[in-house]
Amino acid sequence: MTTRDTDWDGVRLHVVTGKGGTGKTTVAAALALALARAGRRVLLIEVEGRQGIARLFDCPPLPYGERKVALGLGAKGAEGGDVYALAVDPEGALLDYLEMFYNLRRAGKTLTRMGVVDFATTIAPGLADVLVTGKATEATRRRVDGRTSAHLYQAVVMDAPPTGRIGRFLDVSTEVSGLAKVGPVKTHADTVARVIRSPQTVVHFVTTLEEMPVQETLDGIAELQELTQGSIRPGGIIINMARPAMLGAADLAAAASGSLDVAELVVGLKAAGISDNHGLAADLMTELKEHALQVAMQNRERDELLTAGLPHYELPMIPDGIDLAGLYQLAAKLREQGAA
Amino acid sequence: MTTGAPKLDMDRIIDDRRTRIIVCCGSGGVGKTTAAAAIGLRAAERGRQACVLTVDPARRLAQSMGLTSLDNTPRQVDGVDTAGGGSLYAMMLDMKRTFDEIVEAHADPDRAAQILANPFYQSLSSSFAGTQEYMAMEKLGQLRHADEWDLIVVDTPPSRSALDFLDAPQRLGRFLDGKLIRLLTVPAKAGMSYMKVLNAGFLMMTNVLTKILGAQVLKDASTFVTAFDTMFGGFRERAEWTYRLLQAPGTAFLVVAAPEPDALREASYFVERLDAERMPLAGLILNRVHVSPAARLSAARSLAAAETLDMYDGQDAPDGRSGPRYGLAAAVLRMHAERMNLGKRERRLAEHFTSAHPAIPVAEVVAQPEDVHDLDGLRVIGTILSRQSP
Repeated sequence: MTTRDTDWDGVRLHVVTGKGGTGKTTVAAALALALARAGRRVLLIEVEGRQGIARLFDCPPLPYGERKVALGLGAKGAEGGDVYALAVDPEGALLDYLEMFYNLRRAGKTLTRMGVVDFATTIAPGLADVLVTGKATEATRRRVDGRTSAHLYQAVVMDAPPTGRIGRFLDVSTEVSGLAKVGPVKTHADTVARVIRSPQTVVHFVTTLEEMPVQETLDGIAELQELTQGSIRPGGIIINMARPAMLGAADLAAAASGSLDVAELVVGLKAAGISDNHGLAADLMTELKEHALQVAMQNRERDELLTAGLPHYELPMIPDGIDLAGLYQLAAKLREQGAA
Repeated sequence: MTTGAPKLDMDRIIDDRRTRIIVCCGSGGVGKTTAAAAIGLRAAERGRQACVLTVDPARRLAQSMGLTSLDNTPRQVDGVDTAGGGSLYAMMLDMKRTFDEIVEAHADPDRAAQILANPFYQSLSSSFAGTQEYMAMEKLGQLRHADEWDLIVVDTPPSRSALDFLDAPQRLGRFLDGKLIRLLTVPAKAGMSYMKVLNAGFLMMTNVLTKILGAQVLKDASTFVTAFDTMFGGFRERAEWTYRLLQAPGTAFLVVAAPEPDALREASYFVERLDAERMPLAGLILNRVHVSPAARLSAARSLAAAETLDMYDGQDAPDGRSGPRYGLAAAVLRMHAERMNLGKRERRLAEHFTSAHPAIPVAEVVAQPEDVHDLDGLRVIGTILSRQSP
């Protein structure tokens, strides 16, 4: 581990949320790679049963068990630490919970067969949430063994439910106390809540620079604050799939208003051996105008995001799609900007 | 972008009076709501009495359709061209309210009050997992049953799996037939004497549940299930009715996707599921496709030209005059190359889909430089959807 400070030193549970389609899983995976410096072990948890992590890391579907999926992003020319992954589902988490606290694995299987898990997810989704978040907090607190105080994982990254649901998902004690005033589930929920509300947990918001995801991000930050009276810390805003401006601001403004000189482009094209057949330059100008409008929209949305006053990071669109190499690229960008 | 797939004829679908329901489905963030609104508007302006049922519209889009209040009733949308005799209504689903209304409509006042106050009911009716899907289907059934509109366009909830709403009726059924429900309703129905005839497994389960959840939770659950018991049958009946409605020939499913791997994978999965459930699929809307008006200039040539200009740029002529500046042209050529490459990648992804599902008609909607948030924007999308050049 380097001695350089990052924005989230001391944070051990990184919850990553975002609107559907913004690349939440990709960013969570990149963050896990970035956090896994040499000598560190990071756990990446997926909670929605889509096996998105397995797909990203190009490995077979994850079982309910922690498994090493990649090496982290090392310092220049060196290997990084280890990234483990786990796909949590409410059923597995329930069985785990029963075994860990009651030594009741067999009874748990009976419960599953009798539809208790269906019951939990259908009638009382709060119970499913507390089981799933419980697994993440348990991994966060886990020690190497009984003799040392060293944590097994130096960081846990959770690919959490989308922004619209994140407040409720994390506000487990309120969710559960509506159902259970006392009893073991309540006690469990309180333990989970203590970890989530401690300074070692933050919630990062992934968004693209489009109207709806930006709005949802701001709403999500406000809702988190309101539901938990500020006791759950918002982390950073991670802007994903940003399209870089290909021209300077002045040229873009001129392109957007249609006042850019086509003749200059025609001269340039000709110099490169491309003749202005069938209005090619005019068509390119149309395309440029669209690009300028898009950049302008991105700038507006970015300004809007900054009103939240949170640290923000920007990740470029990876034109060839996300593969392992792309993930490391994104991880490097996150680290450069101080996110990990 | 052209693929070998047949073209989706949107106007034929909305002009056919036998089409009574259009369902737009697909993964989150692909533009389902916009597509549903655009189709509703176009249908209204072509003479249909259309109603758009939407779940989670962008704020400005909602405002442009007059959806400022969440009152769970369709409201007429202003600014629609009604010359063709059509009209457009729109509503935003309020799932808790829809649920409350069902309870109020199907239970006597005392029992309704008891249910509404139960913590399990409150958790169930305000959570997002599954309830939104039940309620969207319930509302669709209600609107169809009311028969005030001759075309209902629905936008499905942005759930984890876009298919959750198809599973809603079965899940409800499985839940109702579950042993757990019977267990929970036992004490209230027959008293403890009946418990004796239950097998040891049940008793062990009650013990375990009490141990984990606490006796109060079990009691609340039991009260809830008992109070709800009389309504369950009706629930299931209506869910099944809606399910059959979806299978009927008057329904057209449109799968919406963006040309991205995840969205298209979900779309493929969806298409296969719809087929397995014998649901009538009308086609795929491929949204936010990037095309170039200058496509005759290839990415490779454009990039090469930009590099050539880099070499010439600012190079002074032998006679000492300062050379021309080609910065603008080089930047435009690079921008164009990037756009062409993006389009090429999207086309390849779309071809994955169309080669796996060659018979499914496709409509492509080019990416708009800005978000759609007014009726004019929706009209543009509607026009694009209907003018798919062969």
